[in-house]
This record gives sequence, C-alpha cells and structure tokens, in this order.
Amino acid sequence: MMRTTLKGGLVAAALLAAAPAFAQGSGSTTLDAIKARGTLICGIAGAVPGFSLPDSKGVMQGLDADTCRTVAAAVFGDATKVKFTPLTSTNRFTALQSGEVDMLSRSTTWTLGREASLGLEFAGVNYYDGTGFLVKKALGVKDAKELNGATVCVQPGTSTELADADFFRLNNLKFTPILIQDQAEIEGAFLSGRCDAYSTDSSALATFRATQPNKDDFLLLPNIISKEPLGPVVRKGDDKWFDIVRWTYFATVAAEEYGVDSKNVDEMFTTSTNPDIRRLLGAEGDLGKQLGLDVKFAYNVIKQVGNFGEYWNRNIAVLGVPRGINNVWTKGGLHYAPPLR
Amino acid sequence: MTPPTEAATLGLHTPTAARERPPASVYGPMAWMRANLFSGWLSTIVTLVLGYFVLQLLFGMVSWGVINAVWSVPIGANNLPDPTACRAVHGEGACWAAIGDKWHLILFGRYPFDEQWRPGICIVLFLGLYIVSAMRRFWRAELALIWLVTLIVIGLLMWGGVFGMPYVSQDTWGGLPITLILSTFGLAAAFPLAVLVALGRRSTKLPAVKLICVLYVELIRGVPLVGLLFMASVMLPLFLPAGSGNFDKLLRAQIAIILFAGAYVAEVVRGGLAALPKGQAEAADALGLSYWQKTMKIILPQALRLVIPPLVNTFIGFFKDTSLVVIIGIFDLLLSGKTAMADRTWQGTAPEIYGFMALIYFCFCYAMSSYSRGLEAKLSRSRNR
Repeated sequence: MMRTTLKGGLVAAALLAAAPAFAQGSGSTTLDAIKARGTLICGIAGAVPGFSLPDSKGVMQGLDADTCRTVAAAVFGDATKVKFTPLTSTNRFTALQSGEVDMLSRSTTWTLGREASLGLEFAGVNYYDGTGFLVKKALGVKDAKELNGATVCVQPGTSTELADADFFRLNNLKFTPILIQDQAEIEGAFLSGRCDAYSTDSSALATFRATQPNKDDFLLLPNIISKEPLGPVVRKGDDKWFDIVRWTYFATVAAEEYGVDSKNVDEMFTTSTNPDIRRLLGAEGDLGKQLGLDVKFAYNVIKQVGNFGEYWNRNIAVLGVPRGINNVWTKGGLHYAPPLR
Repeated sequence: MTPPTEAATLGLHTPTAARERPPASVYGPMAWMRANLFSGWLSTIVTLVLGYFVLQLLFGMVSWGVINAVWSVPIGANNLPDPTACRAVHGEGACWAAIGDKWHLILFGRYPFDEQWRPGICIVLFLGLYIVSAMRRFWRAELALIWLVTLIVIGLLMWGGVFGMPYVSQDTWGGLPITLILSTFGLAAAFPLAVLVALGRRSTKLPAVKLICVLYVELIRGVPLVGLLFMASVMLPLFLPAGSGNFDKLLRAQIAIILFAGAYVAEVVRGGLAALPKGQAEAADALGLSYWQKTMKIILPQALRLVIPPLVNTFIGFFKDTSLVVIIGIFDLLLSGKTAMADRTWQGTAPEIYGFMALIYFCFCYAMSSYSRGLEAKLSRSRNR
C-alpha cells in the first residue's frame, strides 16, 4: 500500500517534472530543475562534526557539506550556489524521494536493502567508516575479543547497536549494552566509568579521543567490526544526474592521485603535459560536455573546493582521525577513480 | 509597615509612639523564622538538613559558575579559539568562553554572519510587540494594525532583497527568531481559530459545523505533536504533486503547530464558555441582541476572562513545544544550541550551553506567567470587590 503510493508519487513526479519539456534540456530532469532554480539543494545532517556542522559564523563546514559544494561547482562553476537542508535520519530518504532535495550527503551507509528497496542509488563513497571500540588503557584490554563480560555504552537504534550484538554473538562473548540516546551523555557516562567500552563509528571515537585532555589514557581497539561506507545518494531513474554526482567525486579523487590541488591547478592547467591531467582539467577533450556540464567542470571543483585529499584533511584530519583506508589507492587506501577519458 | 527611618527621611510628621517597633519575638525576620522554620524539634531538623543541602548546592553552583569559570580563551592556531584552559577546568568550572564564541550560532543559526543585525532587530521587534500587546491601554482595534505592520517589517528584515539588504533564503534562518516566529504566528493564528471552533462545538443550530469542530478537535488531540510534525514533514511531500516538493519545511511545521495549538486552545475556551452562567446568554437574548452581538459583547469577554490561567498555561506549553521541530531538522533555538554543542572544540560544554538556552526560555515563560497573574488580578477585581 505504502509502496504503491510511493511509486504513484514517483511516476507523477516524473511526469510533472517532464511536463515543462525543455526542448534543449540536458536529458536529466534533476539537472534541468537545478539549473532553472539556480541552486543545488543538498540534504545534510547539520550537526555532525567533521561531516556537516555550522562553524561559529554559521557557515556549514564538513566533508558532506564540501561534497555538496563539489557538485555545485561542477554544475554552476560556483561552489557557493548550494542550499543546505538539514535532515534527520528519519526524514532523509523521504526528502530525497519527494524531490525536496536534489541529493543526499548525510553520512548514509550504503547497503543492499537501501539501494534495492528505497528507489535510491549511492553515487560513491566519500568515507569508509566502521564500528569500533574505545576503552581506557587502565582496563588492560588490547583487543575487542578480550571484552568478555564488559559493559558497552552505545546509542540505541543505530547500526552500531546491531553490529555490537552480532560481534559478541559471533565470538561467543557476553556483554551488557548500556543504551544512551544523547551523544554528550554517552561520552559523560564513558568518562565517569559507567561502561568499560564506548562503541560507535571509529571516526567519532578517534575524534572524541583526540579532544580529551588526557588522550593517552584511552585506547582505540584495532578491531573494526562492521563496514560503514558513507556516501552521496541520488534518486533512481535519473542516470545523467547520477553520473554527474559520481564523476564529480571521481574527479576529485583523480586530482589527488595526479597531485593536482587548489593551489597548483592554474599552473597545471596551462603547463601540464600529462594527458590525464589535461583531460581531467578540460585543457583537451570534452569529458565535461559528455556529462552535460562545462568542459572545465573538474577545474572549477578543484579550484574552488579542492581535491579529495584537501577537503578530507580540512574536515576530518583536523579532528585527529588518521587517513588510513580513506587514502587514495596509490597510498594504500580504498579511494580509486576509474580512468577519466 | 513603614519603618520609622523612611518616614523620617520623607520628613513626615509621625507620632513616635504609634511607630514604635513591636518586640523582635513577635515581629521581624527572627520571629518569622522561629514560627515557620524552627517551631519544633522535627521542623528544626528538617530546616537544618535542607538548609545544608541548599547551601551545598549554592556553593557548588557559585564555585562552578563564577569562581572556577573560564570567561574567555586566547585565539590559537588556525585563527580558532584555543580551548585548553576550558578543558583543564572541565568538571570544576564552567566554560563561558564557549558561549562567547557560539552565541551568534545559538541565537541566529546559519543566518549569514554579516547580516545578523537583521534577525537581532527582529527579536527586539517581537519583544516590543509583546510589550505593547500586554498594555491594556493599547487594547484597541489599532492593535491589529500594529501587529500587521510589525510582522511585515519582520518578514522584510528576515528575507531582505529590498532597501539594499541582500536576500536571505529561509533555509538559513535559525535560532531564537525561528522559535519566536513559530510560537508567535502559531498562537496568533491558533487563537481566532480556537474561538471559532469552541463556538462551533457549542452550536445547537448547526449540527454539521458542530460535527466538523468535534472531529477536528478530537482528531488533533488524538495524535501527539511529534506525530503531526512528522506527517507535515515526511508524509505530506509524498502526497503533494512533485514540484511543490519545495513547499517550505518551515511553513509546513508552522501549519502543523497552528492546527495543534488550535485544538487545545479551543478546548480551553470551550471550558470558559461552559462555565459561564446560562443567565448571561438569556439576558442578552431578552435584550434582542443578535448572535454575534451577544457573543462578542457578553459571552466572550466573560468567558475568556475565566480561562486566563489555563490559556496562559497552554501558551507557555506551546512556546516550549516549538522546540519539538528539532526532530524534523528545523534550526530553532534548541537545535542551534545542540549544533553549537556538537563542535569538537567545545566538547563537554553542554551544561553551559543548555544553561544559556534554559535562561532564554525561562525569561520568556516567566514573563508570560507573571503577566498573566497580574492580568488575572486586575480583571477579577470587579468580582472580588
């Protein structure tokens, strides 16, 4: 019943959106709507440090926010033409399905269930995360498998809670979860010793540890017990728009791989003889045109937002999180861009 | 009551004999304490024990909030504040420097930094509007005009786009102005709606209208506000044709709040209508007044006076309930504050920021309740005479 309504809604959406019939349209209803509107509407979380959080002046900062900016720069050549819509974990998918936002960049985990049943597609992964454990060194635990009988602080209703339950069951260990909704409270409970271990995404744990005055008293256990690939999401059925979001991400990864960044991009554009770089920046070829964008779309993205490593370091590394598997593939990470040619 | 010193300074001629103080054992703070706090051994023990705890709490708060507090921190690397001093006193002293750094974000959300004087003026305008509306000498038809003009000015200031003020899209609005907008517009629109619904529900001649009113009130009261906000934010966009997907989130939440408040206020007003003696309506009928004359001049003025305490209670409740929009991601005061807390620089300053927000909420709610007490006393003077 719900699904029929949804499908009906989507069909109606497609029909209505197609109705203005841009004769010279790009073939993507989403892209046409964005261009007509003049801004990209991007769904974000709005209160997650490192991913999307307004700074003291109210400007949205973070990896997810910058992912939105790269797409705005690719489409308009202007990274500021983006409107951020804060979404909660409950209304994020509806907001995307109903067209309230053009894309979702809200630390959303890529899973089969979500892609198959929600009418959504993941355009890439901008962060490879996973559930981990933080303990006090005084506890003497060096590995998560030694946590038998431990009390673990965890947020209820999260994938962490499920991952913890799976992990302890799989290893035949006993644990007592202490469920606390509020992040500040959960951290307080861990510090005051109410639980032996604090479990959530390892990025958040590393951040938390880095900001403690006595950070060497804490140990981030080496076990990563679940896969949480986070990335931008778009609606199914608009492949051209999907391509734009996906290849904008790939362009920033390729730029890091080739050593092109926001500072040397002008110089690279004029002097580089590397055909890969020349194609990427639009100095030769028409890769941008094939996507329905400006030939220099990647140049604009790198010039205004930076390459992948730049905006990763700017937002995540400053929190004290090691680059690890989030490096480009040439440096031992998982970020790998197919050839841009 | 007037102590002799005051009379002397005023230069009044007072017979000294009449002004002589009663003995300290029956009058004055000592006597009061004796009668109320130390009247027997049980009450003495209770007083001492409670007094100990109150003093402990007071000392704790003063040493946390004033003596050990950090009021400002130096600017460190990357031009960002360096919170080392705050982290050093964590748990023992408050870090008010966090408020100093974050108050812009808490009060104004993501509104463009250089334009934040505009929502600032809006807050002042809202306060002015409340004060003017609270004074009985302004209770005239012109008040509606003042409201209209002020609200238009507030809209112009917030959106801009005229008189050289750059346009600011409402997705960046946030903080205290959002809370004030949601509650002021919410209650201003809900109140007339509620009066009509309450009258409709008591109507004997219009069964269809009565049925609709009953259905509206019971349906709305049957769901929690959170449910209604979810409906407005999550389900409504799916039912509406696409393209109206941009039908603003703030407006949807505002409508949900108006509908919800309307149902509750309607029941309060209906209570007042029901409490009014039947003789009032019958007397008005006997004078040959029309329905609207009777309602506007006889029934409503008396009925509304009866329900001032529960009405203000509802208003205070709704002022605070607007913070529930947090769950659909609207940047009201509470969410801006939570966002400020999420900053890793100021980790662990949740008590300070929550305290700051509580103070703001308290000022508004306390002003409302003390005003209603005064108003109630004034309006019921005729009855108590």
